[in-house]
Amino acid sequence: MMEKSKIPNVLQVYEEELLEDWIQEQLASSTRRTDLISEFELRQQSAEFLEAFRQASHGDNLTDIMAPHWDNVREVLTRLSRSRAQQGFTASEMAMFIFSLKQPLFARLRQEFGKNSDALAEENWAATVLLDKLGLFTTEVYQQSREAVIARQQQELLELSTPVVKLWDGILALPLIGTLDSARTQVVMESLLQQIVDSEATIAIIDITGVPTVDTLVAQHLLKTVAAARLMGADCIISGIRPQIAQTIVQLGVDLNEVTTKASMAAALRLALAQSGQTFTKTPQDAVRR
Amino acid sequence: MVITKDDTVPIRSSEDIVRVRQAVRNWAIDLGFGLVDQTKLVTAASELARNTVNYGGGGTVRMEALTNAAHRGLQLTFQDHGPGIADVELALRDGFTTSSGLGLGLGGARRLTNEFEIESRLGEGTRVRIVRWT
Amino acid sequence: MAERIPILKMGGFLLVTIQVDMHDRLAIALQDDLMGRIASTSAQGVLIDISALEIVDSFIGRMISNIAAMSRVLDAETVVVGMRPAVAITLVELGLSLSGVRTALNVEKGMNLLQASLPLPADESADGHNEG
Repeated sequence: MMEKSKIPNVLQVYEEELLEDWIQEQLASSTRRTDLISEFELRQQSAEFLEAFRQASHGDNLTDIMAPHWDNVREVLTRLSRSRAQQGFTASEMAMFIFSLKQPLFARLRQEFGKNSDALAEENWAATVLLDKLGLFTTEVYQQSREAVIARQQQELLELSTPVVKLWDGILALPLIGTLDSARTQVVMESLLQQIVDSEATIAIIDITGVPTVDTLVAQHLLKTVAAARLMGADCIISGIRPQIAQTIVQLGVDLNEVTTKASMAAALRLALAQSGQTFTKTPQDAVRR
Repeated sequence: MVITKDDTVPIRSSEDIVRVRQAVRNWAIDLGFGLVDQTKLVTAASELARNTVNYGGGGTVRMEALTNAAHRGLQLTFQDHGPGIADVELALRDGFTTSSGLGLGLGGARRLTNEFEIESRLGEGTRVRIVRWT
Repeated sequence: MAERIPILKMGGFLLVTIQVDMHDRLAIALQDDLMGRIASTSAQGVLIDISALEIVDSFIGRMISNIAAMSRVLDAETVVVGMRPAVAITLVELGLSLSGVRTALNVEKGMNLLQASLPLPADESADGHNEG
């Protein structure tokens, strides 16, 4: 175990030069994203990090970045990482923020220890371990942020693509379009059930004309939704079942006995209107022209 | 996987079953579960808590808030020192009723959760662990 | 037991609004009270409003099924109204179908359902024509 590292002193003594060198490294780097971040912001972020880094380096265990005296540094990096993730930086570009500090730091360490090659080797090693850990930490936070962004975007996409339409008093229609996966189907069904409550509908027409394939899982979700709607006091009609899907459903052994199905949405609407006791009368076309 | 919070609640009476429901609801809300997930968790807990009272002679539930890389989770471990279940497979099947009637409890709880584990020894008791993840 | 779920009489029907998270004994007491009231009032229908319930587990589910079955024996229809979407989804997953229990979206629709299920008075035909 070596005696206390001189890195804190180096950071203290050469603070300004180190910061400038580091910023120059970043500006010259191929991962510099002038489209995403201005030089001003870059300088700000670098200064903030270096200050926190310098303070934390005075603590007892230099390379244990999970120790309490590194809390502030981790907090700064977390914030930077999140904002850069949202701005669209890649994980490598984010990590380079830390790694580009190595060269300037090594240069100052060489300056300080020059002749004493053993001490220099140890300090270089400590600096490497430290910056590697911080770089990896940054990447991890970045990953989590990107995943959160993607999850949110997926949710928004889901909500946009599942409109529930009020066809008539007490009659809702849910035209499903595209491939249904388990997650999407669940979201859609929950939304339909809530709409039934909100619009006091007694009949919901689930139209699957626009769904190319139905697998067992999706079929089960549909059946569960119909069952749930019934528990709430509403009936469901599944319409738009094309011959191929009908075949698949039978082959899968899915039992549609309890469910009302119609070939087209028009037929479903006719049935729904009849069930809700609403009738239309046809007037002869001539009468309209008068 | 890290446990960020834990607590143990005694289950001795039917009022305790309600208390467990409310505790699980609150923890689920704190962990950020959506409404449907909350409902499934609380319902599963209600089934298992009832088993603990009615067939286990009373016991406890240990509540643990979990977090792993991607998700948060709520783990509930129901423990009793009652007579135990002779045939767990049979008990898991829906509609199974002895004179005491385990009914839909175990099978239902399994369907409502992401992880389900049951250990039972005759004369020693039963332990059921369930987890639901966000 | 001090607490009991109140049962209201509305014409020929009984209305029960469950607003608390019921413990098992309270549920059994409700079942007993309801059966007693149906018999004593010769009620023709029972409306159970569960719009305030955030949870319906297998015990409550069985209670509802029992009430519906027993009421029918006493010649009364049961309608359950106001089940929340999350509860409905969970019940389906749990495997409780509550078949044999009629449902409606809210109290108003439930009442209409009960009215419609009443047998017609004996001296009128369905389309209103005079018989004599």
